Amino acid sequence: MSRDAYVLLEDGTRFDGLACGADTHAVGEVVFTTSMSGYQEAMTDPSYAGQLIAFTYPQIGNYGVSESAMESSRIHARAAIMRAAVDYSDAPSADCGWLTWLEMHGIPAITDLDTRELVRHIRDEGAMRGGVFPGSMSEAQARDLIAAEPSMQGRDLAREVTPAQRFSVDGDRWQNVSRSDGSVFGGESVRIALLDTGVKMSIVGELTRRGAHVTHYPCTVSSDELLSSDADAFFLANGPGDPAALDYVVGTVRELVGKKPVYGICLGHQLLCRAVGLETYKLPFGHHGANHPVKDLATGLTEITSQNHGFAVLGPDGSGRIEGDEPVRWETDFGAAELSHVNLYDRTVEGLTLLDVQGGTIQYHPEAGPGPNDSLYLFDRFVNEIRNGR
Amino acid sequence: MPRREDIHKILLIGSGPIVIGQAAEFDYSGTQAARVLMQEGYEVVLVNSNPATIMTDPEVATTTYVEPLLPGPLEKIIERERPDALLATLGGQTALNLAKNLHENGVLERYAVELIGAKIDAIERGEDRDLFRETMLEAGLRVPRSAIAHTLQEGRAAVEEIGLPVIVRPAFTLGGAGGGVLYEMADLEKVIGRGLDASPISQILIDESVLGWGEFELEVMRDKTDNVVIVASIENLDPMGVHTGDSVCVAPQQTLPDRLYQQLRDQAIKVIRAIGVETGGSNVQFAVNPATEEIIVIEMNPRVSRSSALASKATGFPIAKIAARLAVGYTLQEISNDITRATPASFEPAIDYCVVKWPRFAFEKFPGAEQGLTTHMKSVGEAMAIGRTFRQAFGKALRSRELDAEPSFPEDTEELLARVAKAGPERFDHLLEALRRGHGIGQLNELTKIDPWFLRELQAVATEPEAAFSGERTFKSVDTCAAEFAASTPYFYSAWERPRPLGPGGVALPAHEVQRGDRPSVVILGSGPNRIGQGIEFDYCCVHAAQTVRESGRDAVMINCNPETVSTDYDTSDRLYFEPLTLEDVLGVCEVEKPEGVIVQFGGQTPLKLAAGLRGAGIPILGTTTDAIDLAEDRARFGPLLDELGYKAPPYAAARTPEEALQRAPEVGFPLLVRPSYVLGGRAMEIVYSVEGMQNYLERVGVIGSAGVSGKSPTIYLDRFLEDSVEVDVDALCDGDEVWIAGIMQHVEEAGIHSGDSACVLPPHSLGEEMLEEIRAHASGIAKALGVVGLLNVQFAIHAGEGLHVIEANPRASRTVPFVSKAIGLPVAKLACRIMLGEKIAQLGLPAAVATGHVCVKEAVLPFDRFAGTDVLLGPEMRSTGEVMGIARDFPTAFAKAQAAAGARLPSSGTVFLSVADRDKSAATAIATQIHDMGFTLLATRGTATALARMGIPAKAINKLSEGSPHVVEAIGAGEVDLVINTPVGTGARSDGYEIRAAAVAHRIPCITTMSGGIAAVRAIAAAAHGEPDVVSLQELYAESASVS
Ligand SMILES: Nc1ncnc2c1ncn2[C@@H]1O[C@H](COP(=O)(O)OP(=O)(O)O)[C@@H](O)[C@H]1O
Ligand SMILES: Nc1ncnc2c1ncn2[C@@H]1O[C@H](COP(=O)(O)OP(=O)(O)O)[C@@H](O)[C@H]1O
Ligand SMILES: [Mg+2]
Ligand SMILES: [Mg+2]
Repeated sequence: MSRDAYVLLEDGTRFDGLACGADTHAVGEVVFTTSMSGYQEAMTDPSYAGQLIAFTYPQIGNYGVSESAMESSRIHARAAIMRAAVDYSDAPSADCGWLTWLEMHGIPAITDLDTRELVRHIRDEGAMRGGVFPGSMSEAQARDLIAAEPSMQGRDLAREVTPAQRFSVDGDRWQNVSRSDGSVFGGESVRIALLDTGVKMSIVGELTRRGAHVTHYPCTVSSDELLSSDADAFFLANGPGDPAALDYVVGTVRELVGKKPVYGICLGHQLLCRAVGLETYKLPFGHHGANHPVKDLATGLTEITSQNHGFAVLGPDGSGRIEGDEPVRWETDFGAAELSHVNLYDRTVEGLTLLDVQGGTIQYHPEAGPGPNDSLYLFDRFVNEIRNGR
Repeated sequence: MPRREDIHKILLIGSGPIVIGQAAEFDYSGTQAARVLMQEGYEVVLVNSNPATIMTDPEVATTTYVEPLLPGPLEKIIERERPDALLATLGGQTALNLAKNLHENGVLERYAVELIGAKIDAIERGEDRDLFRETMLEAGLRVPRSAIAHTLQEGRAAVEEIGLPVIVRPAFTLGGAGGGVLYEMADLEKVIGRGLDASPISQILIDESVLGWGEFELEVMRDKTDNVVIVASIENLDPMGVHTGDSVCVAPQQTLPDRLYQQLRDQAIKVIRAIGVETGGSNVQFAVNPATEEIIVIEMNPRVSRSSALASKATGFPIAKIAARLAVGYTLQEISNDITRATPASFEPAIDYCVVKWPRFAFEKFPGAEQGLTTHMKSVGEAMAIGRTFRQAFGKALRSRELDAEPSFPEDTEELLARVAKAGPERFDHLLEALRRGHGIGQLNELTKIDPWFLRELQAVATEPEAAFSGERTFKSVDTCAAEFAASTPYFYSAWERPRPLGPGGVALPAHEVQRGDRPSVVILGSGPNRIGQGIEFDYCCVHAAQTVRESGRDAVMINCNPETVSTDYDTSDRLYFEPLTLEDVLGVCEVEKPEGVIVQFGGQTPLKLAAGLRGAGIPILGTTTDAIDLAEDRARFGPLLDELGYKAPPYAAARTPEEALQRAPEVGFPLLVRPSYVLGGRAMEIVYSVEGMQNYLERVGVIGSAGVSGKSPTIYLDRFLEDSVEVDVDALCDGDEVWIAGIMQHVEEAGIHSGDSACVLPPHSLGEEMLEEIRAHASGIAKALGVVGLLNVQFAIHAGEGLHVIEANPRASRTVPFVSKAIGLPVAKLACRIMLGEKIAQLGLPAAVATGHVCVKEAVLPFDRFAGTDVLLGPEMRSTGEVMGIARDFPTAFAKAQAAAGARLPSSGTVFLSVADRDKSAATAIATQIHDMGFTLLATRGTATALARMGIPAKAINKLSEGSPHVVEAIGAGEVDLVINTPVGTGARSDGYEIRAAAVAHRIPCITTMSGGIAAVRAIAAAAHGEPDVVSLQELYAESASVS
C-alpha cells in the first residue's frame, strides 16, 4: 500500500521517503520546527501559509488530532515532512487519526525520510523553496514546479488568509478554554479591533478570556474604517509571509499609531515596527520551535517561548544582534521605542515598547499553541494597559 | 550574577555504597559537581564511603575523605575542615538525609556551615510526605487523597477512610524502600508495619490509589533569580504502580497532546517554586488520567536524582554540572551550553530522537523472593538506548539488556496473559510474545493499562523486529537542539536511515556526523547495565582507561549503554558512542573509528565475551591476547597449566551432562562447589555435600544451563570445596615479562563466601611473610604463564592443612582494582592501560613495595531488605550491590568504620544473640567470653547456651521458633536484640536459622553469619569503645606513604 514520495529542494538536494496524507504534491518554502509536540497546532497556524513543515521530532501523530487543537478553521501549511508518522485514532483525546485528517484536508505528507539530515541542510544553506512529490513524478517536472513557485521574499500571503469581511467574537466561547492555571479573567470589557493577517485562535482566546471583545478586520481595511470604529485599541495579528510586502498594511497602521493604543504579535510586531520607521530583514532559517529563551528586560526573567517567524527587526545600530541586556532605544517616527525582550539564542529583537505613544509589540508567540505558557502575562499587560492606559 | 566570593571552601557529600535505588548516577553527578567547583576556584572537601567512585580519586577534590556517611564522622570532618558551605543535593537521598541530620543536631550552625543548593526547609517540604501534601495543596495542585500514619492504629483508620487498595509510602526513604500496595485488610499489619519500620522517622503516607494512570516525570532546573527550565519529560511505559526505577521509560513523553503536556510543565514549575528549591535540579513525578486528563502530583525530589542522570544522558544537558554552578551563584543565562557553545543553559533541550531506558533485574540471585514489580524499587541497574524512532530505541534497548538467559514463554495463553497483566521482570518480553501470538491492542490495554500508542509500536517491534533497522547505519550526534544550531558534541548514537540523500549536483551528503580528526583512536568497551557481580568498579576502570588513552595523545573512544555512569559522560572521552555492547554494534563503531585497538580488559565480562568476535573481524585487541583470556577462563585449559606450574588447585572435574556430573562427583570428593561455565558473580554456584544435594542442584540449575547461560553449552564444573580456608585476592600488573603486585587482600569471611560479598583487608592482617611470598610467586608465575599484558586478578584459598590453592585467575580488571588503588594511592587501572599501550613496567617508576602505614578494609553491602522471602545467608553466589571502605591505623578500627559505613550499626552495649553450628561451638566460646567481658547480655539457643555454660559463660537460653513462643524471632521483633551472630546449619529454607536471620534483616539489626566475621566484629566493637575514630584524608595518607617509601 505504501507509495514512494520524495522531497526535492531548489538546490537539487533530494530525500526519498514514503507518501502519506493526500495523494498529491506541494511546493513552497521548506521550513522546520523543533517543537516536540503540537503538530496539529502548527499545521493549522496561518503563519505557515505557503510553507512545508519539516518536523524535527521523529514521532508525529502519536495522539491524533482534536477539535480543541485547531489554531484556525483549516490547515495552512502545504505539507508535513516527517521521520515516523502514525495514524492511530485510539488515543484518548483524539477525534481523528493524524494522517486521515491530513488526507481529508487534501494535504500531502511524507514520512520515513532522514529529517535530521534535511534540517541540517536547511540550517547550513538557509530556508529554501522545495516540494513534496509522489515518486511517480519525474524530477524534471518537480524542478519546474519549484521554479514556478515565487520566493518568500516580497510575498503577500496575508491577503490569502485574511477574512473576507469583518466579524466579532466575544469572551463567552473562550471562558471555558482550560489554561493550566484554570483562571478566567474579569475586569470590565475592552473592545479590540484586530487586523487579521491570519490570526491564531489562541491569541483571540487569550484576549477574550481577559474580557476583550474582539472584532476581526480584513488586512485590506482602511485606517478610516478602523479609526471610526468603537475600538479601544488596535491589535496586529501574526501571519504569513514577508512584512516588506505588506506596505499597504504598514500604511494603514501608520495612520493608527498615536491615535489609540496599538499592539502586535509576530508579523504584527514587524508591521508595527515598519510603520514607525524601523526595518525588518530575513533570518537565515527563521525561528521555529518551542524552546527559545527570551529575556524580559523589565523583570530580568527568562521565559521559554514558542517561536515561528522568518523575519526580524533590526536593532538601533542597524545590526541584527543586540549585545547586552540593556533596554536599548530606537528613534522612531513616533518618538522613542525601547527594547523590552531579547532572544538569548541569537540576540535578536523579541519585543519593544513605544514610549511616546501607547503601543508595544512581541515577536514570538506568548499565546503558545503549541509551546510553553511562560509568556501569557503579556496579555495581562496588553489588556490592562488598554483598560487603564499607561 | 557572578560566582559567590563570600564562600571559599565547599563540603560535598557523596551517596555512599551502591544500593538499589541509589547507584552510580551519583558518582556521575558528584564528580561533575566537584570538577566544576574546582574549576571555579573553590576548595572542595569531598566525603564518600565508596572507594569505587571517580569522585573519590584524589585529584578530583582538594581534600577527599573515604569515611562513613554518618553524623559522627561528618562532624569530625567539618570540625577539621571548617567549610563555608555544604552542597548536599548531588549525593542522593543519603547526602540529603545527612544534611538534614547535621542541621537538626546543630552541627551546621555550630560551625557556621551554609547549606547551598537546597535549604533545609525546602528539603523538608520535598521529603516529608505530610509537608509536601500541604505545600502542594496551598499551591493549588492536586495530590492523591491520603493520610499520614505513625502507628498501626492510625494506619488502619486511614485505610478504612480512604478505601482499598491504598499505596503505602514511607517518608525519607529511597527507591520507595518499605513501600507497597495494600490490596486487602488481611495484609494490613504486614504492609503498614514494613512501611513504618523503613521510615527513619516512622512516618508513612497512605495514598488513594491511582494504579493504572499514566506516570510522567519532569526534570526541572531553577536558578536563584527564579528562572526555571524543564530539561526533559520522561514517560513510563508501565503505568502507575510500578516504581519509575523499575519501569521501562521513554524520553521525551510520547502520548500527551501539547496542551496537556504544557499543563504538566506549568505544574512542575509551580512545584519547584512552592517547595522552594533555590537553585539546581529537581525531579517532579505526575500521574495523569489519559481519559479525564486529571493530573496528580506524586512526588518531587529536591535534588539531583536517578532520573536527572537519565535526563542528562538523554538530552546532553549536563544537569549536575549546571546545578553546581547555580549553587555558587551563577544564573542559567550566565552558563553556556557546552554542547552548542553558542547558546546559554537557560533553554529547554529539543531532541530529534527517542530514548528508551530499561531496568536490569537480579531476581535469579534471590530464590524465594517475591518477583512482582511494585512501588518499591528492585532493579539493580539500567540500560539506555537512543534511536531515531521509538522502535529503533526500543530494539536497541532490548539488545542492551544483555540477559544471561533468553526468557521462555508458557504455551498456555491464559498463563502468558497472566504474566503480561502482572508486572514482573520479564513483562515486556511476554507482552511482545502476546502481540506475536496476535492478541489485540484493546485486550492488552485492558490487561496492562499501557497506552495504546506504545502497544501499537510494540506490535510492530514484535511482528517485524528487523523493519526498524532497514537502511544504513549512520551515526548522529546528541546536540540538545534538534540540529537547529551547529554543535561540536562528541556524543553519538547509531540511527538507521534510508541510503543517504543526494546533495546539490547529486553529491552525496556525509554518512556520519562524526568528525574523526586524524589522531589515532583507541576504543574502550564499557560494562553495560550495572548488575550484581558487574558494577561501578568496572566503570571506574573504563574511565581511568579513557583518561590514560587521552594522556597518551590518542583519542579515547567510549562505547557503553549505561546512563548511570561517569563513562557515559560525554567529556570523559574524546568521543562517546551510546550503543549496546553487542558485537554488531561495536563493529559498527569500529568501522567509523578505524581504531588502533580495542580495550576489553576493563569492562568486566561484557567486553571479554566480545573479544574473540572482534579479533575474528580483524580488530586488534590491546593487551592480553584473546587466547590468553580463554586459557584462563576455560577451566579445562587452565587446570593443566597450573599443574605444569606445580601450583595446587582444588581437585575438579568438568561434566557435559547432569548424568556425568553425578558420576564424577564422588571421584572429585565432597563437599563440592558446583557451577556452570563462564559466569560472573558466581551465578548459580552452590556448595553440595552429598549425591542427593547434587541431584537437587542439577534439577534446579541444570534448567538454567539448558536455557544457555550466556549462550554457552551448560558445562558443569565440580570443584572440591576447601572448608575452613582463608581466601586471598591479588591484583597484579604484568607487561608480558615483568610482574608488579599491586595488592594482596585477605578476606575476613572464609573461602566459600564470594569474594565480592566478603570483607577484605589490605594489607593482610594474619598472613606470615612466607605465605605472602608464596602468594606473590604464584601470582607472578600465573601472570607470566598466561602472558598477561595489563591486569591480572588471582584468587587463592589457603587451606588449614593443605596450604595455598589457586581458585581462579581473571586476566582483566577485577572488582577490587578501585579499592586497591585507593588503598595504595596508585592508579592501578591507569598503569595497566599504559602497559597495554606499549609501556614496560620498568618505565612506570613503581615502588618496589607499596608502603602502607594504615589498614584498609572493604566491606560489601547487601540488598536483602529488598527481597523479602530469600535467605540472607552469604555463599559462593555473589549478592552484594556495592562496597564501602574503612581506613584506620589498625584493623579493628578500620573494620568498625567499614561496618558503620555499610550500615551495620554494631552495638556498644545491649544484648547479643548467639546461635552457631556445632563445628563453630568452640570458636563461639572465645567470642562469647569477650562479648560477656564487654558487658553485653548473651542470649543463645539451647545447644549454644549449654556449650557456653560448660565454659562458665553465663548465657540466657531462649526458644528457637520451632520450640514455640516465647522464641527468639519474637525477641528480635520486640527490639530486645542488638546483634545477631548465627552460623548456618545447612541451608534448609524456612529453617530456624533462616527465620532468625530474616527477622534481623527485617528489623535492621546487624546479622553476622560466619565465625571469622563474628571475631572481627567483636574486635571492632572493642575498638569502637574508645570513641569516634579519627578521620583521615586520602591526600594525607598518600603524603605519608610517599615519605615512608
Ligand atoms: N497514589 C498512587 N497510586 C498508584 N501508584 C502510586 C501512587 N503513589 C506512588 N505510586 C507508585 O509508586 C512509585 C514510587 O512512589 P514514589 O512516591 O515515587 O516513591 P520514591 O520516593 O521511591 O520515588 C511511583 O513511581 C508510582 O509508580
Ligand atoms: N574450591 C573452592 N573451595 C572453597 N571456596 C571456593 C572454591 N572455589 C570457589 N570458592 C568460593 O566461591 C567464590 C566464587 O568463586 P570464583 O571462582 O571466584 O567465581 P567468580 O568467577 O564468581 O569470582 C570465591 O570467591 C570463593 O569464596
Ligand atoms: Mg519517585
Ligand atoms: Mg572470583
